[in-house]
Amino acid sequence: MEAFTSLASGLAVAIQPMNMLFALIGVLLGTAVGVLPGIGPALTVALLLPITFKLDPAGSIIMFAGIYYGGMYGGSTTAILINTPGESASMATALEGNLMAKSGRGGPALATSAIGSFVAGTIATLGLTLLSPYLVDIAVSFGPEDYFALMVVAFVTVSATFGDSPVRGLTSLFIGLTLGLVGIDILSGQSRLSFGIPELYDNIEVTTLAVGLFAVGEALYVASRRHVHEEKLEAVRGSLWMTKDDWKRSWKPWLRGTAFGFPIGALPAGGAEIPTFLSYSTEKRLTKHPEEFGRGAIEGVAGPEAANNAAAAGTLVPLLTLGLPTSATAAMLLAGFQQYGLNPGPLLFAERPDLVWGLIASLFIANGMLLVLNLPLVGLWVRLLAIPQPWLYAGILVFATMGTIAANPSPVELVMLGVFGVLGFLMRRFDFPIAPVVVGLILGPIAESQLRRALSISLGDPMVLLQSPISATLLVIALFALVAPFVLKGMGRFKAVED
Amino acid sequence: MSQYRKGLWRSALAAAAVAGFVTSAAAQMELKIMAPAAPGGGWDQTARSMQQALTQSGIAKSAQVTNVPGAGGSIGIAQLVNNSKGDGNQLMVMGYVMVGALLTNKSPITLEQTTPIARLTTEYEAIVVPANSPIKNAKELAEAIKADPAKVTWAGGSAGGVDHIAAALFAKAAGADPTKINYIPFSGGGEALAAILGGKVTAGISGYGEFESQVKAGKLRLIGLTSATKTPNVDVPSIKEQGVDLEIANWRAVVAPPGISADQKKALTDAMDKLAQSKEWQEILKTKGWENAYVSGDAFAKILAEEQARTKDVLTAVGLVKS
Repeated sequence: MEAFTSLASGLAVAIQPMNMLFALIGVLLGTAVGVLPGIGPALTVALLLPITFKLDPAGSIIMFAGIYYGGMYGGSTTAILINTPGESASMATALEGNLMAKSGRGGPALATSAIGSFVAGTIATLGLTLLSPYLVDIAVSFGPEDYFALMVVAFVTVSATFGDSPVRGLTSLFIGLTLGLVGIDILSGQSRLSFGIPELYDNIEVTTLAVGLFAVGEALYVASRRHVHEEKLEAVRGSLWMTKDDWKRSWKPWLRGTAFGFPIGALPAGGAEIPTFLSYSTEKRLTKHPEEFGRGAIEGVAGPEAANNAAAAGTLVPLLTLGLPTSATAAMLLAGFQQYGLNPGPLLFAERPDLVWGLIASLFIANGMLLVLNLPLVGLWVRLLAIPQPWLYAGILVFATMGTIAANPSPVELVMLGVFGVLGFLMRRFDFPIAPVVVGLILGPIAESQLRRALSISLGDPMVLLQSPISATLLVIALFALVAPFVLKGMGRFKAVED
Repeated sequence: MSQYRKGLWRSALAAAAVAGFVTSAAAQMELKIMAPAAPGGGWDQTARSMQQALTQSGIAKSAQVTNVPGAGGSIGIAQLVNNSKGDGNQLMVMGYVMVGALLTNKSPITLEQTTPIARLTTEYEAIVVPANSPIKNAKELAEAIKADPAKVTWAGGSAGGVDHIAAALFAKAAGADPTKINYIPFSGGGEALAAILGGKVTAGISGYGEFESQVKAGKLRLIGLTSATKTPNVDVPSIKEQGVDLEIANWRAVVAPPGISADQKKALTDAMDKLAQSKEWQEILKTKGWENAYVSGDAFAKILAEEQARTKDVLTAVGLVKS
């Protein structure tokens, strides 16, 4: 129980009044920037680095961690309320969350996301405390072929949730995969589908696509329908808080989301997007209220939100134990460590235990602070939906544009936002699901480059995909997920005949 | 007082006045430093560290950092050349990576269009292998590559970047065909490191800073650095000292827009000279672990031209640039 003693001494560092103050500043800043699409926690930490140079290392690193967690919270608030995911990991939350908000259930949606994040963050931080040394060995043994197999699992499970018509879902997915090809190919260094426009060399920014399709597309759609059929936005229906039934339907998705988020987040190339998608499709499949999916099901918010936060804690595993930054924000945290001449890695736990355990302990505190800060604000946030529709959507457009411009000040980016907005409008108008486009953009390039890396290492032998035990297991899971629904359906028919 | 001494006094006064004028002119300088990358990367950190040292030491009255991310700096340099022509207060951070990126991206703007000012820092490349690898030193790695270049897999940063170029140069120095190397690019340093630690590849190549803590913890074996001679804080002799003729460094420098006057160029060069000597800058170099590699004026312009020629050769050899 060495970890607990260390954690206790860490808590002693974290609850020093100055460090509590830094954690508070961090979570406030993080929530504020998480709200604006495009300006993620990574950018904030980058801009704060020179300012915090003079501060004491423990304090500023604790603040950065607060920004990280706070950013996660802020991102989901806008995803739920105005369908504008602040970062790609909040995209799955926007799917059901915004539908809930529109039908007057914004309060419970925000609450389940806040409490789910808290639960997941706490469990995952506990996992970080106890499991880091073991997890890291597994994480490092994940080779390119294993990542490719993981992507296959993600594609198979997610594609099953692509709305009512598989053809429409796959069409959307392929639009996304095509968009994923744009830019410089990482393995050959050659540019594809970028038509000589230098801004396209760096691939299409996921937030630009998501904000364009979701927020701008929706604003255009609402504007076009205004005189035909006015969509009624109910600000609040029923209780603002979670009912007993909401709790009952939320707790399992929270735990399952954490189970997806933490280990995948701990993988060096795992990220937070895959677990949120996996969690969403799992909840959709397991729910007792399938009819609510597509109209605002609380499970579809609780699961992905928990997965998102658990993944955030997961990325700290390789960062602290190996010095491997696996997300943009983790890379900035690493820069924050290096600013003080500290190199995260195998030696950091031994050299500066006060700092590491102080950071871990302050994550618990930041999580608690976020819950306390955010729950009372739920009532205030949902009032946002009471704003008259033209104003609300005009505001969303301004907001979406501002975030995109702030993250990447270039006219090409704005044109892309507009084009994706029109695309989103057309897709909605003709009933194509939007989410698979973003899924394709995120997963496509990773799957491609991991497969090519695996083949490069094996000198072109495809059997490498089956020789690695991890990869083989994952591929079997994928196969099972693909075939099982048909088999079950067939058995169902069989049963029906028997009856 | 003799006529002679009077004259001496007068010239001393004049010199003092000139010196005073120069320092006050420099103190008036309101510099703009562009980092042609997103916040957080190496160029951005260099720009922000310069900002900090320049203002704290009073070399410049202010220094404003702007970020113009995209395409390995291709977008930043286009903006510098097209929009800042003749602006004597504008600087842009760049580095060896940009030399390669401009070539592979077939950028219409080239470094010849900028005004070279000074090289600031450098970082040597390090070659590592997993701790349990049978390869012990640069000689053995060179032999393995010579035997079959395709069987030696390299993990490093983006295609056409300094890691890739260094791997190709290593193969060439080992007497193997550089077009046959099996180089696997990874996006961040972290992902490549995981592949090396996991034993998925034969060797890893990147800036030494990325590997340092793993080497010290005994999880990676350092084959050597790409410096001319052994660096003081490393136990292993340089790759060149081990008999494989490879010398390459990932340097960072500043350039100014085209069309600035000789006086403006001198003022910028003077400011960089003072920056390099300031104790604030020295302090930053120490905490960030950057090697001082200060060269200014024509000497830097010459280095820049040489590096461009060498890089073009290597990139053509590995097939990333069509000649």
